[in-house]
Amino acid sequence: MSERTYERLNVFKTYKLYVGGKFPRSESGRVYEVSDAKGNWLANAPLSSRKDARDAVVAARKAFGGWAGATAYNRGQILYRVAEMLEGRREQFVREVADAEGLSKSKAAAQVDAAIDRWVWYAGWTDKIAQVVGGGNPVAGPYFNLSSPEPTGVVVVLAPQESSFLGLVSVLAPVIATGNTAIVIAGEKSPLPALSLGEVLATSDVPGGVVNILSGRTAEIAPPLAAHQDVNAIDLAGADEVLAKELEIAAADNLKRVLRPQSVDNAHWFTTPGTERMTAFLETKTVWHPTGSLGAGGSSY
Amino acid sequence: MPTTASTALPLKDVTTSNSTLRRYLHGLPGVDAVGLEARAASLGTRSIKTTAKAYAIDLAISMVDLTTLEGADTPGKVRSLGAKAVRPDPTDRTAPATAAVCVYPDMVAVAKESVAGSTVKVASVATAFPAGRAALPVKLADVRDAVAAGADEIDMVIDRGAFLAGNYLKVYEEIVAVKEACGASARLKVIFETGELSTYDNIRRASWLGMIAGADFIKTSTGKVAVNATPANTLLMLEAVRDFRAQTGVQVGVKPAGGIRTTKDAIKFLVLVNETAGADWLDNHWFRFGASSLLNDLLMQRQKLTTGRYSGPDYVTVD
Amino acid sequence: MASAPTPAPVSAFASAFEYAPAPESRSVVDIAPSYGLFIDGEFVESADGRVFKTVSPSTEEVLSEIAQAGEADVDRAVKAARKAFEKWSALPGSERAKYLFRIARIIQERSRELAVLETLDNGKPIKETRDADLPLVAAHFFYYAGWADKLDHAGFGTAPRPLGVAGQVIPWNFPLLMLAWKIAPALATGNTVVLKPAETTPLSALFFADICRQAGLPKGVVNILPGYGDTGAALIAHPDVNKVAFTGSTAVGKEIARTIAGTRKKVTLELGGKGANIVFDDAPIDQAVEGIVTGIFFNQGQVCCAGSRLLVQESIQDELLDSLKRRLSTLRIGDPLDKNTDIGAINSEEQLARITSLVAAGEAEGAERWSPACELPSAGYWFAPTLFTNVTQAHTIARDEIFGPVLSVLTFRTPDEAVAKANNTQYGLSAGIWTEKGSRILAVANKLRAGVVWSNTFNKFDPTSPFGGYKESGFGREGGRHGLEAYLDV
Repeated sequence: MSERTYERLNVFKTYKLYVGGKFPRSESGRVYEVSDAKGNWLANAPLSSRKDARDAVVAARKAFGGWAGATAYNRGQILYRVAEMLEGRREQFVREVADAEGLSKSKAAAQVDAAIDRWVWYAGWTDKIAQVVGGGNPVAGPYFNLSSPEPTGVVVVLAPQESSFLGLVSVLAPVIATGNTAIVIAGEKSPLPALSLGEVLATSDVPGGVVNILSGRTAEIAPPLAAHQDVNAIDLAGADEVLAKELEIAAADNLKRVLRPQSVDNAHWFTTPGTERMTAFLETKTVWHPTGSLGAGGSSY
Repeated sequence: MPTTASTALPLKDVTTSNSTLRRYLHGLPGVDAVGLEARAASLGTRSIKTTAKAYAIDLAISMVDLTTLEGADTPGKVRSLGAKAVRPDPTDRTAPATAAVCVYPDMVAVAKESVAGSTVKVASVATAFPAGRAALPVKLADVRDAVAAGADEIDMVIDRGAFLAGNYLKVYEEIVAVKEACGASARLKVIFETGELSTYDNIRRASWLGMIAGADFIKTSTGKVAVNATPANTLLMLEAVRDFRAQTGVQVGVKPAGGIRTTKDAIKFLVLVNETAGADWLDNHWFRFGASSLLNDLLMQRQKLTTGRYSGPDYVTVD
Repeated sequence: MASAPTPAPVSAFASAFEYAPAPESRSVVDIAPSYGLFIDGEFVESADGRVFKTVSPSTEEVLSEIAQAGEADVDRAVKAARKAFEKWSALPGSERAKYLFRIARIIQERSRELAVLETLDNGKPIKETRDADLPLVAAHFFYYAGWADKLDHAGFGTAPRPLGVAGQVIPWNFPLLMLAWKIAPALATGNTVVLKPAETTPLSALFFADICRQAGLPKGVVNILPGYGDTGAALIAHPDVNKVAFTGSTAVGKEIARTIAGTRKKVTLELGGKGANIVFDDAPIDQAVEGIVTGIFFNQGQVCCAGSRLLVQESIQDELLDSLKRRLSTLRIGDPLDKNTDIGAINSEEQLARITSLVAAGEAEGAERWSPACELPSAGYWFAPTLFTNVTQAHTIARDEIFGPVLSVLTFRTPDEAVAKANNTQYGLSAGIWTEKGSRILAVANKLRAGVVWSNTFNKFDPTSPFGGYKESGFGREGGRHGLEAYLDV
C-alpha cells in the first residue's frame, strides 16, 4: 500500500426530508443554507413547500390506523428500539448538536444522552398512560362504565427553535407514544439533527408515515398545516408569539387540539416531563354497558 | 359415491318461510371472533416436517382446483392449464394430478378436452360470477350452458345483497334452483364471498343455509375481493360441515379459494381440516384449494424434498 | 349424532395425516453438570455443601446437580441484598429502568434457549414455553422497567419508597414467569431480592442469574437460592427481610402468614384455586370448548387459576360434552420438546401421586371418569387428560385443588345457581363466563368472588393486568399498576 500524498476528501451528506418512510427532496427543488453557531456553512437543507406539507399529512393519515391500532406494548418496544439505535449513533448526534447549538462536546453529549433517555421514558409510557388517565367510573346505576384514552390522530409538531435535538425529541416522542402520527417541522436554524433523526426512525421499526420530518421556513410550512382539515392537533412549541396566534386562529377552523408554546429555557428540556405532552393529544372515550341482575326477578343471592 | 343432498333436503322444515329460515339461522351458536382467530392461529403453529410434509404436499396438489378466471382467458391459456393440471411436474411423473381445472363457462369445452382421459375434473364458475348480479333465469342459463359443455362441477356465487338484506329464502331458493340445473352429474360448490359477508356469524349462517339448500361444497370466496380465504373463515366452515354431518348425516365439502399461495399456507389449511372436520375430509372429494400460483410453490417444495436442494421458479412450468 | 357419517371414497390418501416428530433442538441450551447458589453476584457453594438433583420429568434424566441453600446461606444472601439495597434504591428511577430494559431485551434474545431449558426442567410443552412463558417473561420486565421512573404517577403518593429486601418463594409451574412476576416489580420500585425457586425447577432461575450478569446488574440486587421448603421457610423467617412474596399452595401460604405474624413484613400470597368456568346456553360453543380446554389442560392443569370446575347450563350439557370429548381426542400428548405436543409431563413424581389419588377419590365417590384414548410414554411422569361427569358440589374433586389435567363437570339451571355454585369454595382466584350476552357477563362477574374473571376467554395473562385472589387464594395483586403497591411503602 503506497503512502497517500494528499489529504482524503470526505463525503458530504445530502440531507433530505423524511416523509412516509422515504427520504425525498423537497417537491419544490429548493434548499437553504444551514450554518453553525459561528456562521460556517454546514449543509444545504431542503426548503419544504406547502405541497411537501400536504404530502406529509397524507402519509401521516395513512399510517395512523396501523400505529394507533398497534398494541401499546408493541409501540413501547419500537420506541425503545429508537433509543437503542440512537445510542449506536451517539457520536454523530453529539457532533451535529454541538455544531447546531454552538456547544462543547460534553454539553452536546449531555443533550444527546438526555434525548436517548427521553425515548426510554416514553417507551415506558405507552402501556401505562391508559392506566394513569383512564379507568372505571362508579356511575350510580346498573352500568359498567369505562373511560380510556385514545390518540387524537394526525398531530403537527413545531419543534423548538433553540433545542435542536433534546427539545425536538421531547415534543415528538410523547405525540407518537400514545398512537398519534406526527408531522414535525424542524427548528428552522438548525434542522440537521432532526433530519438525521429520520434516518434513525427509518431503521428502528417505526412504520413509515408515523413520523414525517420537514425542514424549511416554519412560517411558510406551518400555516397550511394549521389550516389543514385532515390534521387533528398542533403543538406550537417552535412558534413565536405572533405566529402562534395566527396558527391558533387557523387551527380553530376544524377545532384542532392546540398545545400553546411555553416560554422555556434550554435547561427546561432536561427536567423529567410529566404526562401533559401526552394528554394534550389524547381523547377520552367513555363506554357504558348495562350490567343488570342475574335473573328476571332480580337476584336474591 | 357421495351422498347427494338433492333428493331429500335436510332440515326442510326450517325453510317454509323467510321468517322460519331466519329464526333457524339466527339460532345457531354465535362465533367469538377473537377465540376463532386464536384457534386458527394456534393450529397454524403445527410443525409439519419430513414424511408428514411429503404427504401433505401431495395431498394438497391433489386438492388444487387450478384456476384461471380472467377476461383475457383464451383456449390456448386454458389448454395449457389443463395440461398442467393433468401432469403438474413434467420432470416427475410421481407428482399427482390436481383435482380440477376451474374456468368460465365458455371455456368448459376446451378445458374438458384438455383433461380428457385423466382424473382431472372440470369446474366452472357460473351464476354471473363473480358479482352474481343478474336475474335468476340468466344465472340458470349460465349453469346449464356449463353443464351442457361437460362441467363436472359448478361453482356458483350466492346473492350477497339478498343475504345481507336478510332475504335468506331468496338465497336458499336460488341455490336449490341452481342445484337442480346441475342435474345428477355436476356437483355444486356454493361461494359465499366471505369478505363481503364480513362477520363470522354471517359466514356460519351462510354455511348452514348453503348446506340446507343442497350444496355439495361450501366455498369461501371468488378470489376477486380484498379478503378471500383465511384460516379463520375456513376453520369456521369446517366446523359447520362437521356439525352438519353430525346432525344430518350428510357430508359436505369445503373449498377455500383465493389468497393461498404458499405450501406453508396450504399445509396450515390441511392441519385445520385434520383437527377440525377430521380425516374423513382429507381427500379431494371433500376438500379443495381454489388457487393458481399455489401449485408451483407446492411443486418447488416437492422438488426440494426429493432432491434435498431448494428449487427455483425456472424449474417449474409457467401456466 | 343423528346418523353415521357418509364414508369417503377410497383414495390414494386414505392414510391418516400423521405428524412426523418435530423436536425442538436441545443443542440451543448448555446445561452445566452443577450449579451453585447465586449470592452477591457470584455462584457459590452452599455453606454445608449440600446438593440436590434436578431431573427432567418427561424422561427422569438428571439434568444437573444444584447447591442447596441452608440457613447460613439465607443469611449471607439477605446480607448481600441489604448491602446492595442502599445504592440500588438511591439510583434514579430512570437508571433502574434501563437495567430492567436490558434484562428484558436479553431475555428476548435468549428466549429460545430459555424455552428449551424450561421445557426440559419443567416438562411442559415447548409450544407453551416458546409462545406463552417466555414472551410473557420478557414483557413483564419490559412493563415494570417503564414504571421504575414513573412511580410518582402510579397513585401511591408523590415519592413512594421501596421496602428493602424482598424474600420471594416461587412455584414450579411457571418457573421463569413466576420469577419475573416477583423480581421485575421489586427491582423497579428499588427493592433488592432473595429468591428461592422450586426444588424441581431451579434451572431457569440460575440462568436468569447469568442474564443479570450480562446486564451488568449491580451485585447483590438479585440473589438466587435453590432449595426445598426449609430454605423458603428460613428466608421468610429471616429478621432482615422486609417483604415476603409467595406463590404456591394455600397450606404453605397459611404457614407463612403465621410465621410473619407480629413482624412488620409486608406480604403478598398467591395461592391455590378451584376456578369455575361457567358456560351458558347462548355461549359461542366452539370457542367455549377451546376455552375449557385451555382452562384446564394448559400446562397440564398445573395452574393455580385453572378452570378446573366446568359449570355448564343443563340445556346444553350433552351437546357441549360431545364437542368437548371430540376436541380432547385431538390433543397430542408426549415429548414436550416436540413442537406439536399439546400436553407434556407432570412436573414431579410427587405431583403425579397427588393427582392419581384425587382421581381415585373421584371414582370412589361415584363420579364418572373419561379420558380420550391416548398412549402415555413409559418413562417420566404422565397423566392423561381426564374429565369427570356426574360431579356434585360435595365431591372431593369439586372442592380440592387437583393441580393436574382433571376437569370436574357440574351443571346449573339458572344464572343464580351458577353463581352460587361458583362461589361455593374456599378459593377465589379465577372464573370464566361464556355467553354472548354482555349484560350477563357483567352481572355474573359482579357476583363472583374471584380475583380474575375471564369472559369468552380463559387463562389470559398480560403484564399490565393485575392478578391475584379472593379468600384462601391469597391476597395482594401481581401485575399492572396494582402490582407496584406490594413493593412500596404506602
